[in-house]
Amino acid sequence: MNPFADRRYVFLILFAFVAMIFLGRLFYIQIIDRSYRISASNNVLRYVTAYPSRGLIYDRNGELLVYNQPAYDLMVIPRQVKNIDTADLCTLLAISKEEFISKIKEARKYSSLKASVFLKQLSAEIYGAFLERMYQFPGFFVQVRTMRKYPKNIAANAVGYISEVDENTIKKNSYYRSGDYIGMGGLEQSYEDILRGKRGVKIFVVDVHNRIVGSYLNGLYDTLPVPGLNVVSTLSSSLQEYGEKLMQNKIGSIAAIEPATGEVLALVTSPTYDPNLLVGRVRSANYKKLLTDSLNPLFNRALMAMYPPGSIFKIVECLVGLQDEVLTWNTVLPCNKSLVNCHNHPSPLDLDGSVQHSCNPFYYMVFKKILYGGATLELAKGEGGTSEQGLNAWRRHVISFGLGSRLGIDIPNEKGGYIPTSIYYNKVYGKNRWNFYTIYSLGIGQGEIMIVPLQMANITAIIANRGFYYLPHLIKGFGEHKMVLPHFTVRNLTTINPEHFEPLVDAMEKVVQSGTATRAKLKDVSICGKTGTAQNPHGEDHSVFIAFAPKDTPQIAISVVVENSGFGGTWAAPIASLMIEKYLNDTISRPELEKYILDEDFIHPKAEKKEVNKPERVD
Amino acid sequence: MRPNRGIFGNADWIMIWLYLVLVFFGWMNIYAAVYNEDHGSIFDISQNYGKQALWIVTGFILALTVMLIDFRFYLTFPYLVYGIVCLLLIAVVIFGKEIAGSKSWFEIGPFRLQPSEFAKFATCLALAKYLSGLRVKIEENRTKITSSAIIAIPPLLILLQPDAGSALIYSSLLLVLYREGLSSRYLWTGVFIIMLFLLALLFNKFILIGVLGFFALSGIFFFRRSRQSVVVILLALAISSGLIYSVDYAFNNILEPHQRSRINVLLGTERDIKGVGYNVNQSLIAIGSGGFTGKGFLQGTQTKYDFVPEQSTDFIFCTIGEEWGFLGSLLTIGLFVALLARIIFIAERQRSKFSRIYGYCVASVLFFHFAVNMGMTMGLAPVIGIPLPFISYGGSSLWGFTILLFLFIKFDSVRLEILR
Repeated sequence: MNPFADRRYVFLILFAFVAMIFLGRLFYIQIIDRSYRISASNNVLRYVTAYPSRGLIYDRNGELLVYNQPAYDLMVIPRQVKNIDTADLCTLLAISKEEFISKIKEARKYSSLKASVFLKQLSAEIYGAFLERMYQFPGFFVQVRTMRKYPKNIAANAVGYISEVDENTIKKNSYYRSGDYIGMGGLEQSYEDILRGKRGVKIFVVDVHNRIVGSYLNGLYDTLPVPGLNVVSTLSSSLQEYGEKLMQNKIGSIAAIEPATGEVLALVTSPTYDPNLLVGRVRSANYKKLLTDSLNPLFNRALMAMYPPGSIFKIVECLVGLQDEVLTWNTVLPCNKSLVNCHNHPSPLDLDGSVQHSCNPFYYMVFKKILYGGATLELAKGEGGTSEQGLNAWRRHVISFGLGSRLGIDIPNEKGGYIPTSIYYNKVYGKNRWNFYTIYSLGIGQGEIMIVPLQMANITAIIANRGFYYLPHLIKGFGEHKMVLPHFTVRNLTTINPEHFEPLVDAMEKVVQSGTATRAKLKDVSICGKTGTAQNPHGEDHSVFIAFAPKDTPQIAISVVVENSGFGGTWAAPIASLMIEKYLNDTISRPELEKYILDEDFIHPKAEKKEVNKPERVD
Repeated sequence: MRPNRGIFGNADWIMIWLYLVLVFFGWMNIYAAVYNEDHGSIFDISQNYGKQALWIVTGFILALTVMLIDFRFYLTFPYLVYGIVCLLLIAVVIFGKEIAGSKSWFEIGPFRLQPSEFAKFATCLALAKYLSGLRVKIEENRTKITSSAIIAIPPLLILLQPDAGSALIYSSLLLVLYREGLSSRYLWTGVFIIMLFLLALLFNKFILIGVLGFFALSGIFFFRRSRQSVVVILLALAISSGLIYSVDYAFNNILEPHQRSRINVLLGTERDIKGVGYNVNQSLIAIGSGGFTGKGFLQGTQTKYDFVPEQSTDFIFCTIGEEWGFLGSLLTIGLFVALLARIIFIAERQRSKFSRIYGYCVASVLFFHFAVNMGMTMGLAPVIGIPLPFISYGGSSLWGFTILLFLFIKFDSVRLEILR
């Protein structure tokens, strides 16, 4: 027997040892660690997104506000570009040879095997011409996408726009992936979930060169895209268009609401922009221009600009006084100009006359009575000093008009304005260190009080409804069944008893008939309104007017703000009147008045009319 | 001797069956790895699997030939075969076709021949012949030097091509010397050097020498009575330090950057999924995604769509792992271990020293291939391009391994006739 025969066992043990190590390792990577399975499917599976078509947006009468238009992007796979007539292609695409070279370089830098965009959004003519000769240019192909289009170029701020999602959104919302589009601002943002639809996916199997070798399991796991639902807006595109026209060359806003429903009929902000500017290739350049425009066209004044309401607030003051029983329709007060100034009108005045002539001293006195003698004061007893109790009682009424906080309209970026609290004054002046003489300007809607134009229109709707409002909203319905969101059908009551409204409505009618807003008078239609002049410490006052019509069956409640134009009756009132006429009659019977408005220009100084930085426009 | 029952009558059919199963399984997996729908037939000669069918058939013919030739021929001419193969190895460096930077191939018409695949059995034959010599005693230095030379000449020639992977295989033959009586000191020294080598790559050389110095001092303290031991310990320390320094030097100054990277990736000190680590990473993904039962024949995506490079040759085990899963891998490993164990068993029953030594040579070479090739696909061994015996695609390697194994089967079948 060989003396070293036992060494065979060293060999056998070595074999067994290595085999055990291998089996242990295989057990780990094949059975325990699942990450390799994921890596494997990442290797071979390509998920190609099938984008759904985004829902369209219609106005209340079924007119298109936003639709989709196909866009043709020229794509290139650099590796496949072979033997092409470069000069020919350049002529076809109307680009220079240098451009061609730099674009190819850029594409190659991204990947020579994967497709990248060579030229965005070919025009229809170039697309057609290219398609015919595509076979001559291997490596190039056209990818069809859709772009938003706005047939009437209106309501840019209300509708919003779409843009590529940013990193933050992708992190927060797992639905979105890089390169996806998302609604920004306006209805596009609010109803994103409804409009966007649901992405579909096609799964392909690719080889190591990323070439598609087939569909995965014959499309077993592929899903079809679900198109987005159409949205019907409450906007009336003809009214919106007319409002934007009237507001040209003026800074300000118009908000019009159907009182019976809270549906927003028009939401004009001026200056505005052509929504088609924020589409496709020119978007980012134009967006920058709009962002730096000194007139801030991206700022939706109807929702975001806060003004002291001025005299229009007197109607709220009047209603609070009536509710608080410090006033009756028989109260007569003199126009005592010791505290504030007033304009010329008969004195003394009753409540009716005070509305009609917008008497300032009258409302100071009313405010003082509310603070120190109101019936609801009882409710606020035990809350500090008398002024504090009074202010709290007053504020409780005021905020029931939808003031002091955001109304909750269904588009983003709405501001809530501000109705000062006793806490605020305690902070500023100290507890019990303030009284009526500190805060008297609240009585005529000046001072710390701030409201936005939408709230002004909403107050008007409340008067028109004689005491309640529906949340103003821009959605009328969506999808096949025109679904309506339930919280827009909830009636919001004010703290004012309904019987106090009717006399006020009469008074407001007189404002137009023979008061401060005679310029708003419209034949055969009884308009009820109230002028206001919002004080502006930086320059000319802002002209404000609110109105609704017709008096007995109100169909439209409107607020108009024209910045830096002075007295409310001069500019805001006729604009509101024209809007009402347009909405109710659909024709304008006063072309001179219309011309007077259209010709006025508050933006460009009359002496030197400068050409504004006009953004590039692409159709 | 039993009555003559034909040339395969006395052959060990267990080895032959294991061989057939491995070859057939390999062929199926080559088919799966490079499966191409346009060329669906497994016999399509334009594809690797079709060609492999050709190599298998010719391999059978070679096996038959090996069995038919009188065994005395092999016993008489090992040195001649060895010499011819060495000449071929020199010739290939001069006349060979350069592919991917190395001249390992002769191009004869549409076929390529890799002489290093045939050098293996030739070296085994020569080593067996030499060690079975009448006056040869393994304890003698002359024997050690001569057998080392027989083992070392082919790999040195192969390094000229250069093909480091194929050259490394010959180190496995040192195991045969151990079986034949080489003191186990050498084995342990070898293990120690390999350990030291790895540690030198992983750790700072000064720390390593410091740790060794500490052990040496403890040793000296322990053996302080024996002057001889102290000298041995000091000598060992000096040699170890020298080794550590030279490993460090060689690694940083002699190795090519790609070799350095491969080692670093393996040791885990470098992670490079796109570059050097790409192969191993993709290989792990393919094997790992197989799961317990695998994705099924022809259902593997990683190898079929070329994510794993060399998927039909060096990385063929990926296809097995992916399509046959843990069970298939277990089967493959089981087949190899069974074959290796069978060879050892058969080798030990040989009366002739020559047959036994040759058997151990075969087992050692096959084991090295098995261990390194599988280890590399699993990320346990460096990526050196050596095939998985009988399974990987390749005419030369299949022929080489077939001859290597069937020579042993032949020797075993005539074991009663071989005297030495």
